[in-house]
Amino acid sequence: MQKHYWNEYQKEIAADRYFYARSCIRQTFFPGSETAFLKILQDELGKDIYDSADQHTCSGIGYHGDVVPFLTTSTVIARLFSLMTEAGYKNYVPSCITSFGLIVEVLDTWKHFPETLEQTRESLLKATGRTFEIPENVAHPSDIIYKFRNELKSKMKYQLIEKSTGRPLRGVEHIGCHYAKVFPDKGVGGAEFPHVLAGMIESWGGEVVDYPERRHCCGFGFRNYLVQANRGYSVSNSHKKFESMAPYKPDFIIANCPGCAMFLDKWQYTIAEMEGKTYDEQGRGIPVFTYEELAGLLLGYDPWKLGVQIHQVQAESFLDKIGIEYNPDEKYKGASGEELEHPQKPSVLKV
Amino acid sequence: MINFGYTLNKSGAINLVEADLSLYNDLMKKVPSFARCIGCGGCAATCAARQHTDFSVLKCNMLIRRGEYDTLSKELNKCMLCGKCSLVCPRNVNTRAMIIQARLLVNSFSKR
Repeated sequence: MQKHYWNEYQKEIAADRYFYARSCIRQTFFPGSETAFLKILQDELGKDIYDSADQHTCSGIGYHGDVVPFLTTSTVIARLFSLMTEAGYKNYVPSCITSFGLIVEVLDTWKHFPETLEQTRESLLKATGRTFEIPENVAHPSDIIYKFRNELKSKMKYQLIEKSTGRPLRGVEHIGCHYAKVFPDKGVGGAEFPHVLAGMIESWGGEVVDYPERRHCCGFGFRNYLVQANRGYSVSNSHKKFESMAPYKPDFIIANCPGCAMFLDKWQYTIAEMEGKTYDEQGRGIPVFTYEELAGLLLGYDPWKLGVQIHQVQAESFLDKIGIEYNPDEKYKGASGEELEHPQKPSVLKV
Repeated sequence: MINFGYTLNKSGAINLVEADLSLYNDLMKKVPSFARCIGCGGCAATCAARQHTDFSVLKCNMLIRRGEYDTLSKELNKCMLCGKCSLVCPRNVNTRAMIIQARLLVNSFSKR
């Protein structure tokens, strides 16, 4: 009998009353994703989610870039927990996958080395006068969308189906390394069979592409990218993935990590400029979305309000396949309706 | 094409479908016991030349099986042909003959 190993890795995901912690970089590269997540939870699902104005970095970029020591990071995270405690919440939801991985790492360290927890409490109290409670539940927003994926499906205006043929769209799901590769039991499906994004694609009518390099890192890695000389390593990893997935002709890619979604999108431009190669038949590249953007598009939100025009690989080919309505004239209009400057066109990648 | 200050790294993947395995196939005909090798590394562990150089019979074996002949000649020439590897091989592979025949083949291969 076929055994589904990912079934052994199931995590508890809180059902309501979340404290939301934003990402440092997501609002730059995916400007509508976090707002879409809050809108989905509040308006579509009727959940209580708190977006604190006092929040700050978790220091993950500095920690993984080897410039911030662990105890400093754990104290910074403790301050975030103190904001949650102050607001009266117990379920912590970090938008960034690195924050999620780092929080899981800090909590695990506090569990196995209680003296580090006491040290952190003391440091936080001395520095800020604050105290905190450890969260009862830590879930990534992709876990929450996964938990409510079927409920969302009933509200969706579109499905992942090609309008003209009825064919399920083929989706590549890419899971951030910090989601479950560090602590497999903290992710839905563990490190080898993470179902968190695949479950969304399947539930929303699409087909998941299973390609050889499916679990390969996108190549981001803070130390790989922050030093320019190392970026060849970074882009080579994404290149390896694109070469591996291209024969399966994916219609789109979704990712739950800020770095993965950014690099799988932007490296397509870089590779096109370096090698003259694009990874779809029309030379437009494979559109990359965050899971919130995908959910928002299928729920019928305006693609331009979701910010998909900010992506390097443009989304129109994907929108047209499903038949998602959009106004091309509104693409580069600002919030008050003024026409914004249009981006320069790449020389290889078609837009 | 834009120069970004970095390039794509050469892939380390070994594509056996596209690899040129002609030397490997010729060697199998000349030293049939080569087929019995299980890659245990006993030959490399006992190698006299390895005490003083980075020579490895096992590495030569892998280069031949993967069709990677660029550095093979240089590697093979490090062997002193003492034959200790043949004595310890649990599969009775004639490793000494393998090295000699591989040297001859790689020379004729480079002249093609």
